[in-house]
Amino acid sequence: MSLELSDEQKQLKDQVSRLLDEKATPDVLRKLITAGTGIDRDLWAQVAGLGLLGAAIPEEYGGVGLGEKDLCVIAEEMGRTVAPIPFFSSICLAAEALKLAGTAAQKAAWLPRLASGEAIGTFAWNEGPGAADAAGVTVKFAGGKVSGVKSPVADAEIADVAVVVCAGPKLVLVPLAQAGVRIEHMTGFDQLRNHAKVSFDSAAGEAMEGADAHETLRRLYDRAAIYAAFEQVGAAESAMLMARDYTMGRYTFGRQLASYQAVKHRLADILVMVELARSNALYAAQVLEADGPDLAAAAATARIGATRAYEIAARENLQLHGGIGFTWEANCHFHYRRARLLALNLGSAEVWESKLIDALTTANTPAAA
Amino acid sequence: MSAEDDAFRSEVRAWLATHAAGFRAPVERSNEDLVAASLAWQRLKAEAGYAAVDEPPEMGGRNGTRAMAMICAQEEGRYFTPMYTGLGIGRGMALPTIKKHGTPEQYVRFAKPTLWGEKGWCQLFSEPSAGSDLAGLRTKAVRDGDNWVINGQKVWSSWAHHADYAILLARTDPSVVKHAGITFFVLDMKSPGVEVRPIRQISGKSDFNETFLTDVVIPDANRIGAEGEGWACAMTVLAHERNGASGSLRSADAGVRGMIVKAAATPRGGGVALDSAAVRAKLAQWWVEEQGLRNFGQRVTAALARGETPPVAMMKLVSASKLQMTNAFLMDVDEYDGLFSGPDQPERDGIFYQYVWSSAMRIAGGADEILRNQLAERALGMPAEPRMDKVPFNELPGVK
Repeated sequence: MSLELSDEQKQLKDQVSRLLDEKATPDVLRKLITAGTGIDRDLWAQVAGLGLLGAAIPEEYGGVGLGEKDLCVIAEEMGRTVAPIPFFSSICLAAEALKLAGTAAQKAAWLPRLASGEAIGTFAWNEGPGAADAAGVTVKFAGGKVSGVKSPVADAEIADVAVVVCAGPKLVLVPLAQAGVRIEHMTGFDQLRNHAKVSFDSAAGEAMEGADAHETLRRLYDRAAIYAAFEQVGAAESAMLMARDYTMGRYTFGRQLASYQAVKHRLADILVMVELARSNALYAAQVLEADGPDLAAAAATARIGATRAYEIAARENLQLHGGIGFTWEANCHFHYRRARLLALNLGSAEVWESKLIDALTTANTPAAA
Repeated sequence: MSAEDDAFRSEVRAWLATHAAGFRAPVERSNEDLVAASLAWQRLKAEAGYAAVDEPPEMGGRNGTRAMAMICAQEEGRYFTPMYTGLGIGRGMALPTIKKHGTPEQYVRFAKPTLWGEKGWCQLFSEPSAGSDLAGLRTKAVRDGDNWVINGQKVWSSWAHHADYAILLARTDPSVVKHAGITFFVLDMKSPGVEVRPIRQISGKSDFNETFLTDVVIPDANRIGAEGEGWACAMTVLAHERNGASGSLRSADAGVRGMIVKAAATPRGGGVALDSAAVRAKLAQWWVEEQGLRNFGQRVTAALARGETPPVAMMKLVSASKLQMTNAFLMDVDEYDGLFSGPDQPERDGIFYQYVWSSAMRIAGGADEILRNQLAERALGMPAEPRMDKVPFNELPGVK
């Protein structure tokens, strides 16, 4: 088995890349921050039209029926361009949760709509400060009604449906356009992916399948961590190349800024982090597609490396731009903020480091051959 | 990977399972034992056609593909087989360079005894005034009919005291820019005028030497490549050295899994060291690096097989520093007592050795800073620093 992309996957990557380079330009991102809507509807429709939302959704549910690695390829391009669409919430979390734990009726009702982009889904687990933790959930589900408060919930203001983690844990599917749901915008550090506080007051919901929701949550977050790792790797590489290009074009003391070792060595270190992170992400994608036994360790490994690579690349990119990097018109701020979002949205480095050590000590996880 | 490659991998695995166990290479083995064991293991591999898979049987191979040779190396990497530096220099650095820059006759003449475990090598590159700036070397080679006469001093010549052959860089023309005046030779280390003086290292061992060359004669038949083409040969050697160093660094590493086991068994404050979030974070980061190197290595193998030039310099850069940090951690985890070895702590000598040796590995075969330059320039396409040395060698400050 190869860690490389297949020829078809390379073509897919090119196709997504061309679309996003044309549509998710820095000017589009700046306008969206000002508008505050958190989604470029035109881009969303085009991405849906190319079948990218349904890439890893089975054909019987209106998808294209490709594998998880194809989804990874798309996620990488989304990360590279900081694409202003709810791809991660709707596809990498909500649709994946439905695939793992939806009843046949729920899948039939929602997956085709998520695949076509007609509906947007999201996932609600966190309840204020602290890591997402099944034992700490207070939102209740009883008699078909959900009550309690979730925050932050990504893309809640534009979502039609949420998979809500309720006490137990239980996974509950809740349509958001109903009287018992109140959505309040939160002032977020990342200005391109909106988040909200979602209060449920006896909102109607439907239990999802799965006797052991603990296991479903673990699997869902391991899978999401791998998609996110690709998003982070694509973004980290983009930030690295942005810094490279800027320092090559700028002259100081009579020579290119990029010719100073102080600059080159910082970028070389980032290149190392990006390449190792990409290698771990590719390995995790292979394990995911093969449904291998070391998914937990592979996912945590991919996430930790990718988080570190993106955080450092995004930060150093801004610093290497000097004062111009601090301006609205330079494009460093998109990655500078997005890196923080992706570092925390599925749990901090500390959470995943601990998960990794647990996975390595509790299971007999084979190392990558 | 094709089905044939997978089948070959299984075959190599089976052969290694039978034969490799008798050739473990512990750290405490004496240098003479290690040389003997390395050559014996090399002979065994040559007889089985695994010494150079992509060569014909008389060269210890089986006419296989480059991908098969990589598979063979990868599988052997899972074992601690003996490979003393002199054999590594010969197989991993001298032979590929002679193959690329020398004549077919030269290749066969030097490759055969090396692949069959009859000859060991050393590298006479660095000098007291030429380390990272290797092209500043001053050892002279002057033509004398069909021979060359060599005078100069080399340093850091690992295992020169056990070597039969050396790859040698010498200046044949001091009147041109420094990179253009260098020529590459193979030197018979038993030649008159070669004097090897061991250097005592901080490890207490003497793996490397100063080598003095006084009126040493090398036949022109041992010149590899054209006169003045030595720098291109040196670049080939260094690329192979860095690739090989990362492999040996990986096999020297006890592995993060073993460190996790150790931390889980080390009492600390009523619990164990592994309870500490700081300890977990460090181990997790090293695990991520270790897996990253393995997975990157797999991608490198595939890229090399496609004829690409992946940034292999990063493998040595990462693994040497990691070896240093992880062995420091193995001392830290036992607090003050971690600095002492004895009969109750047999593993400590190995930890001390690796921590000391890792410092040399961050310098040898390209210091960290040189590797970072290379990554920035070759992989990212960033410009070199402006240079002061684009003048004839004999007009350089410090030379003239």
